[in-house]
Amino acid sequence: MTKTGQKTLADEVREATGVAVAECYQCGKCTAGCPMARYMDMGPSQIMRLVQIGGEDARRRLLASTALWSCVGCLTCTQRCPKDLDPAAVIDAVREMANREGTIPHEQKRILKFHEAFLKTVEHTGRMSEVPLTGLYKMMSGDLLSDVLLAPVMFAKGKLPLVPRVIPGRKEIRRIFKACLHKEDKP
Amino acid sequence: MTTIGYYPGCSLHGTGRELDMSIKALAEVAGVELKELEDWNCCGASAAHSLNHNLAIALPYRNLALAEEQGLTEVLAPCAACFSRLKGTTVRLGRSDALLEKMRGITEREFKGSVTILSIIEFVGRLLDEGLREKLTSPLEGLKVAPYYGCLLARGEDIVEGYDAEQPTGMDAALVAAGCEVVPWNFAVECCGGGFSMSMTDAVVDLSNAILTDAEQAGARAIVTGCPMCHSNLDMRQRTINEAGLGPHDLPIVYLSEILGLAAGVEPERLGLDRHFVDAMRVAERSA
Repeated sequence: MTKTGQKTLADEVREATGVAVAECYQCGKCTAGCPMARYMDMGPSQIMRLVQIGGEDARRRLLASTALWSCVGCLTCTQRCPKDLDPAAVIDAVREMANREGTIPHEQKRILKFHEAFLKTVEHTGRMSEVPLTGLYKMMSGDLLSDVLLAPVMFAKGKLPLVPRVIPGRKEIRRIFKACLHKEDKP
Repeated sequence: MTTIGYYPGCSLHGTGRELDMSIKALAEVAGVELKELEDWNCCGASAAHSLNHNLAIALPYRNLALAEEQGLTEVLAPCAACFSRLKGTTVRLGRSDALLEKMRGITEREFKGSVTILSIIEFVGRLLDEGLREKLTSPLEGLKVAPYYGCLLARGEDIVEGYDAEQPTGMDAALVAAGCEVVPWNFAVECCGGGFSMSMTDAVVDLSNAILTDAEQAGARAIVTGCPMCHSNLDMRQRTINEAGLGPHDLPIVYLSEILGLAAGVEPERLGLDRHFVDAMRVAERSA
């Protein structure tokens, strides 16, 4: 809390994840081991630092960061954090804020579109199937041509079932999606 | 006969088909019945936890509740990502009654916590202890392999139990039992780029190339994995990597269950070894 009783960025993250970001002493071990750091505008330790700093400027920089989207979820940072602070969970929480506020950088939109196409497929059938996922992703991202040559080979090897997998409980899955997307509260 | 629940996960019915085939063949050899979870749904993989923290728990939760309802106390999730999501959910639910209550509300299903999720490494270890070891009559004759754990079979506080996240050994032990020679290498727990195969292909090409290169330099004739995402990045994308002017690589990428299946004398086609992009039949023919 600030003196005026407003929630700080660190408070928001703590509510969402249970992680006390203030305890991060910036050793940099997470960034050193991050396989995606070279594709990011800032490493996990810098994300932790901006959460600590808080305030409008830090918040704006953080929510527009490419790093949120380039995180692959490998958990190396979380595994190695000497303070057991779970930077991967912090990144998940901040990414969710950025998605709510629509601050994703243009060049990262393909990654968001992929996640959205994946979830759409699951929402409607209960499972992921390669054909609808790829089709939906290509439509949503406009990336129509990449990998088209892989499809016939995958098909020949029996790895590209053309009929989507649909589960009996798909209506229940749709209801669960609705309940999750409408719940704005934190875990 | 031992019965273990089976959660194949979406990949195993498509791109990861060999993993499904070889797991089933191996269970049959070991005399273990796999009972597929009825009406199972996708665990949400990376997409759910990337965008919605509720969905990331609710989707695995429904599967856990179904397993309990169907009387399955142990459920094998061979895919590394499914394993991490499902097991991770049991761990989080065990820590927080509030989360459990919330998930009951969202899914309108009960879960009391009686389900244990097994990884492919735990499953293979169990089969070896329960009699599979004596059935490995066609050992791999010292085939040099690089055991590749990747991320989700090695990491995650409380999720992966029983060995060091930086120096895991569970897969090594199974490979030695199958007659392989395990080569020491540097990339056993490095990331291949995971779910970014389509949305960030350049990163996957770089990261997977580094893994292939290190395995080759260590003298491995094959990389062994337990993850369908790692498999597709290293196997299906190997050509993309070569076309990018890297490598060139020509290294078979095989599943742990395929290796054990071969050692047990199962025909390679029943394990799916003829379905790989990079020829893996040479591993079966002992000519790798």
